Amino acid sequence: MGVSVLARQTPSAVPAAPEGLAAKRRRRPAGGAGPAIFDHRFLPYLLVLPELVVVGVFFVWPTVRTFVEAFERSNAFGLGTRFSGLSNFVDAVANGNYLQALEVTVVFAASTTVASMAIGLFLAVEVEHLRRGKAVYRTLFVWTYAVPGAIAGSLWLFLFQPDLGPGARLLTQLGVHWNFALHGAQALGLVVALTVWQQSAYNFLFFTAGLQTVPGHVYEAAAIDGAGALGTFWLITLPLLSPTTLLLSVMDVLYAFFSSFAVIDIVTQGGPAGATTTLVYQLYQDGFQNADTGLAGAETVVLIAIAAVFLFAQVRLLERRAHYR
Amino acid sequence: MRDSRQVRRHFLTAGRRWKAAAAVLAGAALAANLASPPASASSAPTTLTWWTAMSGTNGDAVQHLVDEFNSSQHAYRVVPTFKGSYPTVLSDTIAAFRAHNAPDIAQIFDAGTATIMDANGVYQPVHSLMAQYHLPFATSDFIGGAASYYETAGDQLDSLPFNSSTPVLYYNKTLLAKAGIAAPPATWDQLDADAKALAAKGVGCALTSSGAYVMWTDMEEFDMWNGYQFASQDNGYQGTKGVKLMLDTPPMVAHWSMLGQLAKKDQYLWNGTTNSTVPLFSGGTCAMYEQSSADLATITAAAKFPFGVASLPTVNGDHNAPQNTVVGGASLWVLSGQPSAHYQGDAEFLHFLMSGPAQAYWASHTGYVAVTNAGVKVLDQENFYKSHPSDLVANRELTYKAPKAYTRGIRLGYLPEIRDVEAAAISEVLSGKETAAQALAGAQAQGDKILSEFAAQYGG
Repeated sequence: MGVSVLARQTPSAVPAAPEGLAAKRRRRPAGGAGPAIFDHRFLPYLLVLPELVVVGVFFVWPTVRTFVEAFERSNAFGLGTRFSGLSNFVDAVANGNYLQALEVTVVFAASTTVASMAIGLFLAVEVEHLRRGKAVYRTLFVWTYAVPGAIAGSLWLFLFQPDLGPGARLLTQLGVHWNFALHGAQALGLVVALTVWQQSAYNFLFFTAGLQTVPGHVYEAAAIDGAGALGTFWLITLPLLSPTTLLLSVMDVLYAFFSSFAVIDIVTQGGPAGATTTLVYQLYQDGFQNADTGLAGAETVVLIAIAAVFLFAQVRLLERRAHYR
Repeated sequence: MRDSRQVRRHFLTAGRRWKAAAAVLAGAALAANLASPPASASSAPTTLTWWTAMSGTNGDAVQHLVDEFNSSQHAYRVVPTFKGSYPTVLSDTIAAFRAHNAPDIAQIFDAGTATIMDANGVYQPVHSLMAQYHLPFATSDFIGGAASYYETAGDQLDSLPFNSSTPVLYYNKTLLAKAGIAAPPATWDQLDADAKALAAKGVGCALTSSGAYVMWTDMEEFDMWNGYQFASQDNGYQGTKGVKLMLDTPPMVAHWSMLGQLAKKDQYLWNGTTNSTVPLFSGGTCAMYEQSSADLATITAAAKFPFGVASLPTVNGDHNAPQNTVVGGASLWVLSGQPSAHYQGDAEFLHFLMSGPAQAYWASHTGYVAVTNAGVKVLDQENFYKSHPSDLVANRELTYKAPKAYTRGIRLGYLPEIRDVEAAAISEVLSGKETAAQALAGAQAQGDKILSEFAAQYGG
């Protein structure tokens, strides 16, 4: 900020630099008492250069390449590249796999978001009512979020390995014909449960923070008016938490769309028969495993469009119902 | 006025400092250049990188051969790198090639052959490389099954056939004896009957297949061994345009219906491509096992019971069966874009690998067959086949009858991707979600799309 302010001023028109800068200036051997001697033309650009390079190399350039490749076709080795119009988009959308991946993504995002928000909110409200041991419960309910996706995936894979894992044997004893390597619904259930296990901790944390902002006098007023526990929750807690709810619903959906990769790659590799292949996993398979960068590029563009439209609608819808104080 | 002059002077000092810094950096770069030995020096060997999919026992054998080559001469030093599974080596090689950072030699598996072979400019054909450096090399130096799988339409080898195996039937002698079964099943009908006999004696699981490569054992090799075609145009040997899979055929549907029926009663087990099935056999859960002959060492180490090795069962009453199996495994490709000094080293190293002693070492320390006639000869002299009957079974399957035009191998572009589609269909059949006919028809439609995409991308 300071840099851009200085940059816009001519050298002679810098009357007084902030106290600290001026003090440093004075130690210079230049002799004069004049303040502020930065090179106003180049230094600001130099200072933002690292950030520009990072954004350019890691965000802008790949995005531009993706959009370009979405309209190109080449062989796996990237040779014989030629413009192919919209054919990659047609292939992506006409492909039954892609529609299945869209369906899986919607089911996955909806179930993980609703379940992890419900569990997170329930635990946060319950812990808030405790008189003692809040810190202990908060720590217990947050720690699963600190487990990296890859480790959580390996752990659950070990637990639910068909025929071998303790969790799998328990399910078999309960009469479930457990083999998530063959049964799609079981595989999807497993990755949903694992994601909820992790994400409800994140939701718990934010709901706990949100609850701290609900003023006590509102509850007192409700108690005086004779509101029950459920009524207080529906009419006071939930509406006053709505900004947190909005934020979390957006974050959870984004997580399900983009960050669920590690868990899926470790536990199911998108299988069986594509039952856990989300849009992100589909484009990983097409782009990285099958080296079809054109198709993967088109899928990325479609994914970005879907996510953008969805989030825009979500924010517009919930914004109307969110009460900011 | 005074202020602005000061600014200018300060800028000049800053400018000088930048220049000084740049000079220091340049000096450091120069020093680093001088410090590294010049490539042409006779004392420093040229490093050749080799990406492999070989770990464990196989990786040790690779390392042994490399060490032998490295100590036999001083001009080149081969450095093998284990990159992961076969599909990983292929996709990493592709990614590295696109980034102009490819290895000198890559071990590309059977299913990746067409994907790289049809990509002109990606590799240096091995046959022309050998001719260029005057090293003796002919397609006929290799055993029939290995040569036919990797040769071009013009009978030339663009890559060096390397580790080769073929699926066989391992059987648990104790469990079969328990059910009163005297010999391993020769036909699938017999296997079906044996499964009932085994179940009656409390052996729930009769059969399991390779985890990652059941598409290879029970689709590709099933077709070859029984004399059926896997895809049109001689499984893709005649061209790329218009090639169609032949999955949705009566024998294939019948085979997977039978396995689906067995799976319903847990008499056939397979848990997805990512779960190894070796423990199911070596732990005594399943009585029989369709798996690569290359897994013999692993199974021998793990199994605590006497077991035997037999040929794969055939389809009952089919006059063509048995025909011949084809090799699975990988061949070595020399990639383009390296400094020209590397290629002579690549040629000499590959020439070393096809020598009799190297092949004999490789075959006797892994489960793979010797791919050159010179290697087979050395093994014969060492009476190797007398002590390794499983290798004899593999060899007999590979050469049972002279191959027909459509049993030389599978030459389909993006075959790894097609195998993924097939694996998905298999899990639909085994979980009972779809019938074999539905699943195979779906897989064929999807696979044909992949083939037409390949034809379009490679310019047909």
